[in-house]
Amino acid sequence: MREQSNEKTDVWQGTLALMVLKTLEAMGPVHGYGIARRIEQTSGNLLSLNYGTLYPALLKLEQEGSITSEWGFSENNRKARFYKLTRSGRKQLEKASRDWRQATAILSRFLSPSEDGV
Amino acid sequence: MKRLRAWIVRLAGLVPSARRERDHIDELNAHLQMHMEDNVRAGMSLGEARRDALTRLGGMESARQAYRDRATLPVFENLLKDLRFTARQLRRGPAFTATAILMIALGLCASVSIFAFVDAALLKPLPYRDPNRLVAVYEAVPMFEHSNLSYPDYLDWKKMNEVFSGFDAYGGRGYSLSTPSGVTPATGARVTDGFLKTLGVSPVLGRGFYPGEDLPSAPHTVLLSFAEWQQRYGGRADVIGKTVRLNEIPHVIIGVLPEDFHFAPVGAAQYWTTIHAASECDLRRSCHSLYGVARLRDGVSIETARANVVSIARQLERQYPADNRDQGASLLPLAEAIHGEVREILLVLLGGAVLLLAIAAVNVTGLLLVRSESRKREISVRIAMGASRARLLRQFAAEGVLLAAIGGAAGLGLAHWTVQILLKLIPSWLLDRMPFLMGLALNSRVLLFAGTVVLLAAALFSFTPAVHLFSAETREGLAEGSRGSAGNTWRRLGSKLVVVELATAIVLLVGAGLLGKSLYRLLQVDTGLRPDHLATLLVAAPEASYPKNEQGIALAREISEKVRALPGVESVAVTSDLPIHGWGDTTWVRILGRPWHGEHDEMPERDVSANYFSTIGAKLIRGRYFREGEDLTKPRVAIINEAYAKHYFPSEDPIGKQLSFLTTPPVPIEIVGIVADIKEGQVGSRNQPALYLPFDQAGGTSFNLAVRTAQAPEFLFPSLAAVIRRINPEILTAHEATMDSLISDSTYLPRSSAWLVGGFAAIALLLSIAGLYGVVAYSVSRRTREIGVRMALGANPGAVYRLILREAGWLTALGIAAGLLLSVGAGRFMQGMLYVGTRSWDAPTLAGVAIVLGACALLASFLPARRAALVNPVDALRAE
Repeated sequence: MREQSNEKTDVWQGTLALMVLKTLEAMGPVHGYGIARRIEQTSGNLLSLNYGTLYPALLKLEQEGSITSEWGFSENNRKARFYKLTRSGRKQLEKASRDWRQATAILSRFLSPSEDGV
Repeated sequence: MKRLRAWIVRLAGLVPSARRERDHIDELNAHLQMHMEDNVRAGMSLGEARRDALTRLGGMESARQAYRDRATLPVFENLLKDLRFTARQLRRGPAFTATAILMIALGLCASVSIFAFVDAALLKPLPYRDPNRLVAVYEAVPMFEHSNLSYPDYLDWKKMNEVFSGFDAYGGRGYSLSTPSGVTPATGARVTDGFLKTLGVSPVLGRGFYPGEDLPSAPHTVLLSFAEWQQRYGGRADVIGKTVRLNEIPHVIIGVLPEDFHFAPVGAAQYWTTIHAASECDLRRSCHSLYGVARLRDGVSIETARANVVSIARQLERQYPADNRDQGASLLPLAEAIHGEVREILLVLLGGAVLLLAIAAVNVTGLLLVRSESRKREISVRIAMGASRARLLRQFAAEGVLLAAIGGAAGLGLAHWTVQILLKLIPSWLLDRMPFLMGLALNSRVLLFAGTVVLLAAALFSFTPAVHLFSAETREGLAEGSRGSAGNTWRRLGSKLVVVELATAIVLLVGAGLLGKSLYRLLQVDTGLRPDHLATLLVAAPEASYPKNEQGIALAREISEKVRALPGVESVAVTSDLPIHGWGDTTWVRILGRPWHGEHDEMPERDVSANYFSTIGAKLIRGRYFREGEDLTKPRVAIINEAYAKHYFPSEDPIGKQLSFLTTPPVPIEIVGIVADIKEGQVGSRNQPALYLPFDQAGGTSFNLAVRTAQAPEFLFPSLAAVIRRINPEILTAHEATMDSLISDSTYLPRSSAWLVGGFAAIALLLSIAGLYGVVAYSVSRRTREIGVRMALGANPGAVYRLILREAGWLTALGIAAGLLLSVGAGRFMQGMLYVGTRSWDAPTLAGVAIVLGACALLASFLPARRAALVNPVDALRAE
C-alpha cells in the first residue's frame, strides 16, 4: 500500500538531499513535515515521498554539516524541529545544482530530436 | 571530508543516548500530528487521517529503525551488542573464562618475552651504516678458525686486498684509569684510524679519529662511550679537549660516541683509543692480538672477499714462512660474529615458547568446543527462531575475539614485566658481552608479533566451534536434540586436539630433558682443580715502574708474601692466565730431538708460580711441580698437561724430554712434570695440550692471583685490594671473582636455557594433561547412561575402568608416539646446544619422557574412570 497512485514517481536515489537543500534555501528554516509537503507541492504533486526516508536523509545532511536543526514552534504553535541551511550546505547546493543542470542539459540534448544528432 | 565528518558523528553515536531517541520520537509525533491535521482538513475522519499519516511514514517502528541506523554505524552497533552479550556470557562462566584467559596470557607472555630477545639480538639491525656489508676478518689457524690478526699482517692485508672499501683492526683492552682517588680499572678498545668510518658511525660530540692518528708519532687521543661520558663526566660538552690518564699516558678527549652505539666484540668498552703500534707485540708478525672488521666493496660477495684474503694469507705464508706458517684467513658476516653465540639458544627458546603457546591455544579451543557443545540447545533454538548463520557466526567470533583480546592484553602486560625481570636476571658480565640487549623493550616489531599471534588465536577460537556446530552431522544432532550423537562428534574432534597437545608436550619435554641431561653432564665436567675457597684477582702494575722482567717477578713475590700474611689465607699462587678463561694466549714449541720442518705446534702457555698447582688443587700425574726459586739462573723447565702427553708422546715418557720455542738456536726446556688436564677454556670446551712454565722464568707486570682461603673467599677481596694498594697505589686490581663463580658463569647460558625450556615443558605437561583429563571426564559424563546400562546388565567396575582407560590409553599412546617421532626431528635443531656426547635421539631421555607423560596421563584418566566405576546404575538411568 505504499504506492498511492500509479502516476506518481518515487524520489530518485540521491536527489532527495538536493531537493531538501533547495527547499531550505527557498523557505528558510522549516520542519521535516513542511519540507516534505513543499517538495511534493513543488513537484506538482507528481512525486510521492516516503516520509520515513526523509528523516534519515535530514540526519545525514546534518551529520555532514550541510544543515543544522533546533527546536521551535510551528505556525499552529506546535513544538517541532526546524532545519536550516548552513554555509557549507549552501555551497553544496550551488555545486549540486550546477552539476544537475549540466547533466540534464546534456541528457535533454540527447533526447530531443535534432538533425545533427548522433 | 564531509564523509569523514559524518562517520565520526556516527561513531560517536554508538554511545547510546536516551535524549537522541526521545528527540526523534518527539519529532515524528509532531510530524504525525501535522499530517493528521492536514488530512482532517482535507476531509478525512480522524481514524483515516491517522492511518494515512502512519502509512506515508512507513510505520513508526521502521521509521525509527531507519533513523537509528543512520545515527550510528549499524555494523559496529551489532558488534558492540555481540560483545556485550559475549561479555555477559563469559562473566556467567567465570571458571571457564579465567582458565582460558590465563592460558592465553601465559602462552603469549612466554613467546612475546622470548621474541623480544630474539628481536633485539637477531632482527634489529646493528647500529652501523648498511650493517649487512660489514664482515669480521680473522686469521685462521688449525687450533682456532677465527683467530687474531697480527698488526704487520693487518697492514699487508689492508694494502693487498681488492675487496674491502674499508678495513680496520681493533682489540679490546683493559685500562688503568687515573682518578683523583687513585687508579681504577676501565674497559676500552684500541682501533685503527678508519674504524668508525668503516662502521659508518659518527660521534655525537667532537670528532672521530683523523687518518694517521693511529701512528706511534701521533698524539694520544681518546673517544668516550656515551655511558661513560654521562656517568663519569656528567654529560658535559666541555670534556672535549680535557686530558685523561690511561695506563699512565695522558690522552686528549676528542669526542663522544652515540648513545645507541655498541660493538659487542669489545664488550661495553668505555675508552676508545687508537692503536699506537709501538709495543714489541705490535711490531712482531707472529704476535696476534687484533681483530679485523671490513666493509665489502659494492658488488663484492663475501665468498669473493674470502677467496681474496685467503690468497693474500697464502702469499704472506710463502713470504714469511717462519712467522706465517699455517696462518690462513676467515671471514664472517659481522652480525654472525656478534650474535652467533646466542642465535641458536634464542631460536630454540623461541621454538619452545611457541610450542607452549600452541598447546595453550589448543587447550582453549578444546574448552570452547565443550562450551559450544553445551550451548547446542540454545543454538538450535536460535536457529529455529530464525537467527541467520552469519549472525551466529558473528557471535562465536565475538567470543573468540574477546577471549583472545583479553588474554592477549594480559599476556602483553605480563610480558612487559617478564622482560624486565629477565633482563635483571642476566648477570652484568653477560650483558656487557651482549650490548645489543640494551634498550630491549616491547617495540613495534614485538607488538606486531604479539598482534599477529592474538589475531591467529582469535581466528582459531572463533572458527573452530562455529565450523564444528555447522557441520552437517552436528545439525542432525541439533534437530534430534539428543545427547549421544552430539557427544560423539565432540569426542572425535576433542580427542584429536588432545593428541596434538600430548605430542607437542612430548617435544617440549624431550627438549628439556636433553638440555637437562646435557647440563648435568656439563656440571659433572672435571675442571682439574678444586674450585671451592679459591679467590682470583687480576693485578696490573704500570710497566713504566717495573720495566724489567726481574722487577715484575719480585713484585709478584712481594704481593704473594703480603697476601699470604692476611688472616685466613692458606696459599697464594701467581699465573699469567686463570683457568676457565679460554684456550688462547698460545705459543709455538717443538720437541727437541725430533725432526722439525718449521711446523707451528700451537698450544696455550701459562706462566705459573711454583705453588700454583697445589693452590688450585690440580692433580700431579707424574714428575714434580716447579720449585721455589726456580728462576732463570736455573735450567729452564716445563710442566705439560695430560692432553699434551697423549697427543705428542703417545708411546714415550715425556718426563726428561726437551722442548724449545721456535728460536734459533733452540733453548732447551726440560719437561719435569705431567699434570691432569686443567680446564683452561670454558667448562664445555674440549681439553687441549697445554704448557706450563715457571713464572719466575718468564715474568710480567700483569698477572693473576689465585688465593686459597679458609673462610668464604669473597670476603677476602677488600683486604686483598688494600694490601696491594699499600705496596704501590699505582697498581691496578680488577676482576675479583671466586673460582666457583667463574665456573658457574661459564655454564650460565646452558643452565638458564635448560631452566627456561624446563619451565616451558612443565607448563606444557600440565596443560596437556589437563586437556586429556577434560576429554576423558567429558566423555564419562556423556556416557553415564551407557555405563549405567552396562552395569545394570552385569558389567563389574573393573570392566568400566577398562572401558574408560582404554580410550585414554589410546589417546596417550598416539600422542606419545607422534611426539617421540617429532622430537627426534626437533632435537636435531638443538644439537649444537648440547654438550659433547649428548645425542638428540638419546634413548633414556626419550624413554623417561614417555614414562613421565604416560604416568601423568594414567593419573589424569584414572580420576574420571573411578567416577564412572562408582556410577549407580539406577541413578544413571533415571538421569535422562
